[in-house]
Amino acid sequence: MDTVILSRIQFASTTLFHFIFVPLSIGLVFLVAIMETMYVVKKDEQYKRMAKFWGHLFLINFAVGVVTGILQEFQFGMNWSEYSRFVGDVFGAPLAIEALLAFFMESTFLGLWIFGWDRLPKWLHCLCIWLVSLGTIFSAFFILTANSFMQHPVGMELNNGRLEMNDFFKLLTNGQLWVEFPHTILGSFATGAFFITGVSAIMLLKKKHLTFAKKSFQVAIIVGLVSGVGIALSGHEQAGYLVKTQPMKMAASEGLWENSGSPGAWTVTANIHPDEKKNTSEIKIPYLLSFLSYGKFSGSVPGMNELQEQYTAKYGAGNYIPPVRTTFWSFRIMAGLGGVLCALGIWGTYLLSRKKLQESKLFLRIMTIAIAFPFLGSSAGWIMTEIGRQPWVVFGYMKTEDAVSPGVTAGELLFSIISFSFFYLILAVIMVFLFVKEIKKGPDHDHEAHTKVVSTDPFTKEGYNVFS
Amino acid sequence: MFSLNEFWYLLVSILFVGFIFLEGFDFGIGMVSRFLGRNDLERRAFINTIGPFWDANEVWLISAIGAMFAAFPNWYATLLSGSYVLFVLLLLSLIGRGVAFEFRGKVEKQAWKNAWDWVIFFGSLFPPLIFGVLFSALMKGLPVESNMQMNAGFSDIVNLYTITGGVTLTMLCLWHGLIFATIRTMDDIRDRSRKVAMKLLPVNALLLLIFSGMTFFETDLFSNHSRLMLYTFFIGIFVYLLAGFFLTRKKDGWAFAMSGLILILSISSIFAGLFPTVLVSSINESYSLTIHNAASGNYSLKIMSYAAIALLPFVLGYQIWSYYVFRKRVDHKEHMEY
Repeated sequence: MDTVILSRIQFASTTLFHFIFVPLSIGLVFLVAIMETMYVVKKDEQYKRMAKFWGHLFLINFAVGVVTGILQEFQFGMNWSEYSRFVGDVFGAPLAIEALLAFFMESTFLGLWIFGWDRLPKWLHCLCIWLVSLGTIFSAFFILTANSFMQHPVGMELNNGRLEMNDFFKLLTNGQLWVEFPHTILGSFATGAFFITGVSAIMLLKKKHLTFAKKSFQVAIIVGLVSGVGIALSGHEQAGYLVKTQPMKMAASEGLWENSGSPGAWTVTANIHPDEKKNTSEIKIPYLLSFLSYGKFSGSVPGMNELQEQYTAKYGAGNYIPPVRTTFWSFRIMAGLGGVLCALGIWGTYLLSRKKLQESKLFLRIMTIAIAFPFLGSSAGWIMTEIGRQPWVVFGYMKTEDAVSPGVTAGELLFSIISFSFFYLILAVIMVFLFVKEIKKGPDHDHEAHTKVVSTDPFTKEGYNVFS
Repeated sequence: MFSLNEFWYLLVSILFVGFIFLEGFDFGIGMVSRFLGRNDLERRAFINTIGPFWDANEVWLISAIGAMFAAFPNWYATLLSGSYVLFVLLLLSLIGRGVAFEFRGKVEKQAWKNAWDWVIFFGSLFPPLIFGVLFSALMKGLPVESNMQMNAGFSDIVNLYTITGGVTLTMLCLWHGLIFATIRTMDDIRDRSRKVAMKLLPVNALLLLIFSGMTFFETDLFSNHSRLMLYTFFIGIFVYLLAGFFLTRKKDGWAFAMSGLILILSISSIFAGLFPTVLVSSINESYSLTIHNAASGNYSLKIMSYAAIALLPFVLGYQIWSYYVFRKRVDHKEHMEY
């Protein structure tokens, strides 16, 4: 089999699997940090229970996020060696800084947080979880710096057959980064928030741990609402940037073959025929496409046919149209779910303010299903971003087919795909099993007894001084 | 003064040395917990000696690979794509091991815990074995072609020399872990760990001698850096004897410093011995990757140097602090699950 296709299958599946855990980790740790802060400030034990319970779920999730993340760092060299050679000069730097600045911070302070409940002063212990949260955000920032570079290469020039960095500051101020980063981080906060509201809703429906569930719901729904609105706003910014920098991706995500004309209408659904380059049974909303693209009710958005001609003139013969259906539908799934999350945030806040949360069974049931929405939304978002950029791996500079490792054989790839998928499948099953188990145990399961500190101070006489 | 390329080679080496020194003992602990811990409490005690640290220790590897990618992209690309299967096995081990520590205590069933104990065992056995093989292959040379591509066959990577290297490194980590256990545990499991460490002393000495001898004949390290390699070799013997001396006198802290020093000397002599080559080509010497033809541009190296110099003191600072916070010995007579 074709090693390009196999490498892409492996990259897509391992990355999407990794990206189930990343946003949940970023979101949960942020909420746990808020809860522990409230515990330190208000001295209310309920918040400590919350920090511990949700923190426990965060830890299970974080473990899988970390191990699947290690694979990502190795995969560039293993499967995409030509890519690594071509962009290592630029792309490697954010990755190395990510490890130095973010990973060390996350892992060290997380160790201190897990094992340090009784050993550190409260405020210091709380600071540890904030540093973990900051670490996850830094991590996202640097990995998105690297990703934004692939979408919109800046701060470098083509030298000696490879891209060489000449302005690191430009890399950090890449316009693409500053629309992508807020959108992704807010999406992650929403993932954590809707996970907590969903699980709390289950508790409320089962009439278990009522005070605990309500308080958790309260904290999370506020974060959910704020990030939901933020996702919509930052998503709009991102669409505006996309028209300027990657018009082909924009056109594909709209299923737009011909230029839209001014004002452009937005396609709600369509039956797309990529081979014939046309759509049938389209439903359109007038003016909306111009508004989404330019923030005003006029302006034409270029279509794929014209862009294909432009790109052929610029980059030589070839097909520059990405898989249109995938791009089109993943965009709609992402945006649609984003809208639903916003609405649920508003609904939940309204119910809370009227103190009607526990009465609205329908809402609580919807919220339990809504746990899945942010995951589906962010996966769809990434599919759109990455598939929509094809055939490019670095937009305008390197095609995906030229990026693979020439020496890696199909047999080796099959071996790795099968073994990684097998491992990941087991992990997924165990994760679900453990999540359900921990949630069933509930917050009153006594974690305290097990975390009692039983050890001897090495600096006392009976403490077996290390160097004695 | 250092050139930037030399500085980054030094930094990558330090990160690898730090990784083997730190994760070395927690690989060792992972290998022995299943066997030296007689019941669940004791096994948990072993695991808890590295509980707060192993994750941060592993980040040394992630940083080393990240730094390799950023500073020497061709080294990273050739090595990782060229020894593909080895890296797949490494990743599978690290994945299993990483979740095992977290999952082990989550279910109160003996079968569950036993299963994860085995995952921890193999997850701790394979990485040092694989790195031993890789480092040896780096020294011996791999079939790097003129275009920097490498199509290594099975016997290029796995042969008598590299297997000896793998076994030696694994045994050193095991030994290092046992000595680490003596400074982190108490009473009978402390004594037990020390006894096994004592038994490994002659075995490891023999392995190190054999491997050094093979390195002398199989690689160019001794001819390229003869003085340096000889000095390290004799200092190594001296440090090894000291380790034995401290172990027999139950000066565990000093013994640990010595086992750590042995690992530091071994790995840094590999990197020093390779310099300025990073990947020896067995086809033609002129095809070898060096710190110059494998490196990123000057600007990129400069930017990363600023970042590294600014960040490393903090990283070292809070890691040392975390070891200080958890300086107390782990008791194996009371239950403790996290």
